[in-house]
Amino acid sequence: MTTRIFVPRDAAARAVGADRVADALLAEAGRRKLDVTLVRTGSRGLFWLEPMIEVETPAGRIAYGPVKASDVPALLEAGLMQGSAHALRVGRPEEIPFLQRQTRITFARCGIVDPLSLDDYRAHGGYRGEARARELGPAGTIEEVAASGLRGRGGAGFPAGIKWKTAADAAADRKYIVCNADEGDSGTYADRMLMEGDPFSVIEGMTIAGYAVGAGKGYIYIRSEYPDAIRTMEQAIVVARNAGWLEAFELEIRVGAGAYVCGEETALLESIEGRRGQVRAKPPLPAHRGLFGRPTVINNLVTLATVPAILADGAKAYAAFGVGRSRGTMPIQIAGNVRHGGLFEAPFGLTLGEIVEQIGGGTRSGRPVRAVQVGGPLGAYFPRALFDTPFDYEAYTARDGLIGHGGVVVFDDSVDMARQARFALEFCGIESCGKCTPCRIGSVRGVETIDRVIAGDHRDANLALIEDLCQTLKFGSLCALGGFTPYPVMSAIRHFPEDFGRPRRVAA
Amino acid sequence: MWSEAEAREIVRRHSGREGPLLPILHDVQAAFGWVPPEVVRVVAAALNLTRAEVHGVVSFYHDFRDAPAGRHVLKLCRAEACQSMGGEAVARAVLDRFKIGWNETTPDGGVTIEATYCLGLCSCAPAAMLDGQPIGRLDHAVLDDIAGEVER
Ligand SMILES: Cc1cc2nc3c(=O)[nH]c(=O)nc-3n(C[C@H](O)[C@H](O)[C@H](O)COP(=O)(O)O)c2cc1C
Ligand code: SF4
Repeated sequence: MTTRIFVPRDAAARAVGADRVADALLAEAGRRKLDVTLVRTGSRGLFWLEPMIEVETPAGRIAYGPVKASDVPALLEAGLMQGSAHALRVGRPEEIPFLQRQTRITFARCGIVDPLSLDDYRAHGGYRGEARARELGPAGTIEEVAASGLRGRGGAGFPAGIKWKTAADAAADRKYIVCNADEGDSGTYADRMLMEGDPFSVIEGMTIAGYAVGAGKGYIYIRSEYPDAIRTMEQAIVVARNAGWLEAFELEIRVGAGAYVCGEETALLESIEGRRGQVRAKPPLPAHRGLFGRPTVINNLVTLATVPAILADGAKAYAAFGVGRSRGTMPIQIAGNVRHGGLFEAPFGLTLGEIVEQIGGGTRSGRPVRAVQVGGPLGAYFPRALFDTPFDYEAYTARDGLIGHGGVVVFDDSVDMARQARFALEFCGIESCGKCTPCRIGSVRGVETIDRVIAGDHRDANLALIEDLCQTLKFGSLCALGGFTPYPVMSAIRHFPEDFGRPRRVAA
Repeated sequence: MWSEAEAREIVRRHSGREGPLLPILHDVQAAFGWVPPEVVRVVAAALNLTRAEVHGVVSFYHDFRDAPAGRHVLKLCRAEACQSMGGEAVARAVLDRFKIGWNETTPDGGVTIEATYCLGLCSCAPAAMLDGQPIGRLDHAVLDDIAGEVER
């Protein structure tokens, strides 16, 4: 009987040697005449253990990691095929505390199934959401999505049900569903993991959206920095099409071209249409006049991929998780200088301290945690003093920050916060679409001004200039690139004054 | 080298699409390694756009090059997650090793090094991508491997 061994094909696992491990396993098994079937899965998201391989045994899957190609002979010698003891054995994956503590709804299949097997997809609950949507009908489906409390996972947190209803109510000859897989925030990779590990959930979410609002065509806009995700998503569409799944709803992939601002929904639509990725003024809302002037639902990939599970198990079950107006679960991506970096899907409400210290295990460098940037390059830097902030849209807004797409980047005490503030302004200048003067020009002046602060030149006057500039950016920007760049800049100045040559204020 | 026939063939391949310009430019760059001005002219004429319009799109997107790339393209992440793991120092070491600056190509045409802002490998920082292949946990040993690959 053949033994199945699972090795991730996730880009981050490949980045640390998963392909070499897979090759070594096949070669070594051949040499030993072992009957092995290699299955390439997505990642479970425990990146400090990648490459993490799993072997199927009568007692369930047994994981080993982090495995190097050179470990393979010894692993087989020790009885890998039976799940026997070895220094790299981490046991049943579900019992690893990092996974055990999670509530995996959106990521239920990721790392477990063969991403391109529809049989696997069905065996692990796939298609159930779409079947339920057909029972409920388009209006009932939208009501269910609204009742779940699902809000956009791309950053702005807008209720998905309301967006869908707006597009459904708009009359037009055709409508579109657009999946935003531009995922430009540093520290985030949830979209990437799903495309590489469970692409059918994206397809199912989009077909449900198409059915609910009456759209016959969907576009998935994937950033060019994700060649693996593009490849897997393309293959998944072919598999789905050949299985007759895409008869009423056609899907096409569009690849970005390295512009961060194209993650902004209207810039993204411009980009698909073949223009510079410049932000459009709203109104009109994309739900009224979006892609090619037609009503368009544009949602983040995680938002869409969560819809099948919501429909399958009901809005109530999903809304039972979370806190306040943040319902359900959020795939938190723990990244940067952290010991246990990875994907942690959990109900809203975990405190930042729990995420960074207990789950993340502190820094990888072993030095004290000093700052944590939440929500990507437009998110605030949090000091330890704010580690009690619960992961929830409103709580972060109340502290002049945002949860964005759920990225959490940890820095140790070697970080220089003046340089981080400088980078935020520099990034704004590099990625500005050019429409608003404060964002296009102000950011460049801001970098020059911070350089003066760093050089010790008229510190207080120059810091006052930066505060002024941040006010202008906040109120004079068409989109959040200019509008939220003040978050990282001002949080760095406020919470880490000593890095700007100012005395630290005593905590109140 | 670019060829007008190939450029026309690329345009033809995408002619049935809504909004074909970006897919065309991606294929142009994949075929020729950059977007030559002569090809901008061909594409503009075929799509009934002005050269200025197509040039405006090419220059807006960081991906599209206005000069040929080296035989290898190494993208190094400069975003926050990689910064937190000392990515800037590693990047400096790479640039020094090849004696070039950001977005430059070595004189022998061996490698182009480009800055990128996030590769989605943020839990395995610092990260890079060599000819589309992801590389994580960059350190001096990994750097030696990359240099070996590029110099081969
Ligand atoms: C500069 C900028 C970049 C953005 N990047 C992304 C992105 O990469 N992915 C994403 O889903 N949303 C991004 N957004 C948010 C989108 O504009 C939009 O809110 C989102 O796609 C809506 O989907 P959701 O409601 O499901 O979140 C960005 C916004 C701005 C201002
Ligand atoms: S804030 Fe910046 S990126 Fe946003 S619309 Fe204005 S110029 Fe463009």
